Amino acid sequence: MSDLLLVAWTLIKILAIAVPLILAVAMYVYWERKIIGWMHVRNGPNQIGPLGLAQAFADVFKLLFKEVTTPAQANQFLFYAAPVLALAPAFAAWAVVPFDQSMALANVNAGLLYLLAMTSLGVYGIILAGWASNSKYAFLGSMRSAAQVVSYEIAMGMALVCVLILAGSLNLTDIVNAQAGSKGPFDWFWLPLLPMFVIYFVSGVAETNRAPFDVAEGESEIVAGFHVEYSGSAFAIFFLAEYANMILISFLASVLFLGGWLSPFQGLPLGVLAAPGWWWLFAKAFLFANMFLWLRATFPRYRYDQIMRLGWKVFIPIAIVWIFVSGCLAYFGGVTVGA
Amino acid sequence: MNRVIHYFKSLLLIEMLQGMWLTLRYLFKPKYTMQYPMEKIPKSNRFRGLHALRRYPNGEERCIACKLCEAVCPALAITIDAAPRAGDGQRRTTRYDIDLFKCIYCGFCEESCPVDSIVETSFLEYHFEKRGEHIATKQKLLAIGDRFEAEIAAAKAQDAAYR
Repeated sequence: MSDLLLVAWTLIKILAIAVPLILAVAMYVYWERKIIGWMHVRNGPNQIGPLGLAQAFADVFKLLFKEVTTPAQANQFLFYAAPVLALAPAFAAWAVVPFDQSMALANVNAGLLYLLAMTSLGVYGIILAGWASNSKYAFLGSMRSAAQVVSYEIAMGMALVCVLILAGSLNLTDIVNAQAGSKGPFDWFWLPLLPMFVIYFVSGVAETNRAPFDVAEGESEIVAGFHVEYSGSAFAIFFLAEYANMILISFLASVLFLGGWLSPFQGLPLGVLAAPGWWWLFAKAFLFANMFLWLRATFPRYRYDQIMRLGWKVFIPIAIVWIFVSGCLAYFGGVTVGA
Repeated sequence: MNRVIHYFKSLLLIEMLQGMWLTLRYLFKPKYTMQYPMEKIPKSNRFRGLHALRRYPNGEERCIACKLCEAVCPALAITIDAAPRAGDGQRRTTRYDIDLFKCIYCGFCEESCPVDSIVETSFLEYHFEKRGEHIATKQKLLAIGDRFEAEIAAAKAQDAAYR
């Protein structure tokens, strides 16, 4: 009986993460169109519902009611497995994200490793989607995204190595606790790991195939890349996976480098403001989520070979140097290791 | 030396940050968008929209079938047939067709008309639902003229000083 209760309780917790996540994706799409619209000196969606707020839901229902077509020569099984393979890791990764001191679905000791595994798995959905569609554009898109994600995974992994050198733990809750201190935001890892912080976020943008690294979609060259043959709800799932991944990267960047739920006024005598809480994590994640949109509104798409150059010849060397630097920092006591 | 400077500039993402600063400033600028069906841009009294054939205040049509508009039309959009009218034998059009697909809305017909009969109204929000509807016949043009007469007269009066 207690096993059953545990399963039910876990299911409730999963729903408590997954349902708000889906809603957040819907609102994020709306917010993206608004922000990019404002940066283009126009209004963005403002017709459906007050301030256009119902636009996201109108889009979702439109997609769900559309016909899902399959190309005649496509591999049926892989074609429909691909969206699921893209979505599942994007949601599964949320299992280890800690929202507050003891507010995580699973407080796994190898949380960072699990995250690395899950974010890497997402690319299989993209590769299979391009391959199973039996379309040249889709195939090109999936090949690009495969090479890109593999390249940036390395830089990203190295950035995570730096974090775990300083934190002395793979557990995400411990990583946040290691950033606690009395000097406000200067106790967080972004300061000693500043280049890694930038590399992590840029790699995150590349990993989620977002502009300016969205050559996998590349609508001006290869129509829509890997999801060119997908329509209706199958396309909606890819969309959901992409935005869930963006929100995930935003949360992770806040947890790993900006002290998660710790207050930016920690250590100062400011009462409630200095108290840690999940709202700080959400505020920081919102900041990063806006960065994604800001980057998209600002930069043109990278050329494919420039993406490869940036990943292999800039990020990885810097990351290797900074692993050494953070090792020195930890060893010679520049930064206190662990909580 | 320049290469070294360039290297550090690109490493510090200076140009990237400049670009992002620009988009950030635009984020807060007032927007140019005109909410079209609700808000409209003011139109000139010389605006050239849908055509119309006008009448005199006593209800007599102005057109005397001189065919100047047909001759001047650069797109060959106007077709006119003329014959003596049944009642009083006055020269009038029996057919006055404007092909709105051919028309380039240059306004030459309006300029050439000696009796201010053919004019272009400021009405621009029209569409066709069936084949053949793009041919504006004499009846249609006269009906448009009747509908917009007040507007047309006002626009003409405003422009009279410059003619």
